[in-house]
Amino acid sequence: MASSSQANSAALRAELSASQAAEKASRARSRQRWRRALLSLRRDPSAIFGLIILSIVIFAALFAPWISPHDPGLVDPLKRLLPPFWSEPQGSMEHILGTDAVGRDILSRIIYGARISLSVSLISVLLSSALGVSLGLLAGYYGRWADAIIMRLVDIQLAYPLILFAITVAAIFGASLRNLIIVLVIANWVTYTRVVRGEVLVRRQTQYVEAARVNGCRDGRIIRQHILPNVFSSILVIFTLQVAFVLILESGLSFLGLGVEPTIPTWGSMLNEGRNYIMTAWWLETFPGLAIMFTVLGINLLGDWIRDVLDPQLRID
Amino acid sequence: MWNYLIQRLFYSIFVLIGISLIVFITVRLTGDPVAMLLQDGNPSQEDLDEMRRLLDLDKPVPVQYVNFLAKAVTGDFGRSFRYSTPALSLVLERMPATLKLTLAAMSVAVLIAFPLGIISAVSRGSPLDFGVRLVSLIGISMPNFWLGIILIIIFGVNLRWLPVSGSGGLKYLIMPAIALGSALAGTLTRLLRSSMLDVLSDDYIRTARAKGLSGRMVLTRHALRNALIPVLTILGLQFGLLLGGAVIIENVFAWPGVGRLVVTSIGLRDYPVVQASVILLAVILLTVNLLVDLLYTVVDPRVTLD
Repeated sequence: MASSSQANSAALRAELSASQAAEKASRARSRQRWRRALLSLRRDPSAIFGLIILSIVIFAALFAPWISPHDPGLVDPLKRLLPPFWSEPQGSMEHILGTDAVGRDILSRIIYGARISLSVSLISVLLSSALGVSLGLLAGYYGRWADAIIMRLVDIQLAYPLILFAITVAAIFGASLRNLIIVLVIANWVTYTRVVRGEVLVRRQTQYVEAARVNGCRDGRIIRQHILPNVFSSILVIFTLQVAFVLILESGLSFLGLGVEPTIPTWGSMLNEGRNYIMTAWWLETFPGLAIMFTVLGINLLGDWIRDVLDPQLRID
Repeated sequence: MWNYLIQRLFYSIFVLIGISLIVFITVRLTGDPVAMLLQDGNPSQEDLDEMRRLLDLDKPVPVQYVNFLAKAVTGDFGRSFRYSTPALSLVLERMPATLKLTLAAMSVAVLIAFPLGIISAVSRGSPLDFGVRLVSLIGISMPNFWLGIILIIIFGVNLRWLPVSGSGGLKYLIMPAIALGSALAGTLTRLLRSSMLDVLSDDYIRTARAKGLSGRMVLTRHALRNALIPVLTILGLQFGLLLGGAVIIENVFAWPGVGRLVVTSIGLRDYPVVQASVILLAVILLTVNLLVDLLYTVVDPRVTLD
């Protein structure tokens, strides 16, 4: 009895130290990979440019109360539709990018808008990736009826004009931050599901998964240990593409008046408010749009670099 | 081949039934059209009930759906609540404008992407290549409706070269088509560049060069043809995005297409028109995707469908 428990604990210790060694090795490998990635970042000026743009936007979002020159919601009827500072004679440094139709400072609203636009995109992409990856694993790993049902849902989703679905949902529940996120999640899970399913179908046939199964690994463990790490880089690449895509989609929905409550400034809702003034006040439309464009450009530049590092097979150049 | 076609058609029918079910239910959750239609006349309860009976809204929703489906199969999508004309003909009237806009956007994208993608691939690493890559990335990074508004501000309001809204001759089409096509132009340029680079490093290109074919001959006959295969896949997928983007662009430019019709119809709770538009757009999308898959076999004889 005693000897068997002793043998057990010895085996346990050996297993533990072996797994520790393996972990150490894998940590060293991942350190090395990161070092290589950072080196390649230094050689890639467009990725650095993207990183700088994104850092500015994230900085603005985080420190909005400290850096924005005015209260973004402060209405001032005496200062309606002031042009940007360089446009004489009304423009002044007090409102660098001018004011909107009720006299609110455009620059402050863009800075605060970064908070909402970025967090809406990040939250919705996180949720849709969680949903999409789970469904993709389910469809790819278990196959049969799960696969059949999920893939038909994918087909339906792909053939349903998304924007019309979004408008209908907004008409049902009203425009709000929560509903916007729900619509964006429903809109974007498909991409993950398709890619993850495809990868799982390939991985499931590999010898190491076969070996794990023969060794008595449970499905959950096989998926966690052997399949997820291998599809991770694809997921990350789609993730960056999706954040960019969702920023644009959000602005489109907000532009149609289906985004968030009117009091909250997002870049898309600013575009929606400015559309009645395009004949007289071009700056209402121009600056929030530029904010979207540069942010998405930054994400795309960085996304290209991430794809190059993670997935050499997908290299564009 | 025939097996494949039959299977695809079977799936498509399944998808269409799913879509019809979703649009049928969601549009009914948006609100009561009867109260909206009769809101001016201070209607009595009998009036409301009579109206519901006329519009076939007095029965339980599952019964309504089965009735709808049975009629829709014969091409009868009911009559518009607002205009009393058949919903299908209302949508079909607007469809040419939407397809015209979408195809124009696609042509703009292809016309921009082909020269830029090929030049970029051939002059790889040069400042020209860098410029093309940056421009195509900027094209992808803009919301299409915002580009539309900027075009309106520049060419419509300030320079007065082009009309800002409505439809008519070619000059009405220019700005909406550029706005809608720019993102696709960026995507296609990037894709064509990378796929040309892939192809240009292949053995058969070296062979073609070695046997003395001119550079242009190699590019057009050998490289471009094979580089087109991934481009074709994306074109099929992007067609859906274009149709969706058209909905917003049509609203920006007051373009009289299905997108504008369906947005106003959702606002008016005009169930039959919303249902007919969504289902018809889905039919177009499914058809285009099927055609693209069939076209594969023509462009790339190695691909067989089964």
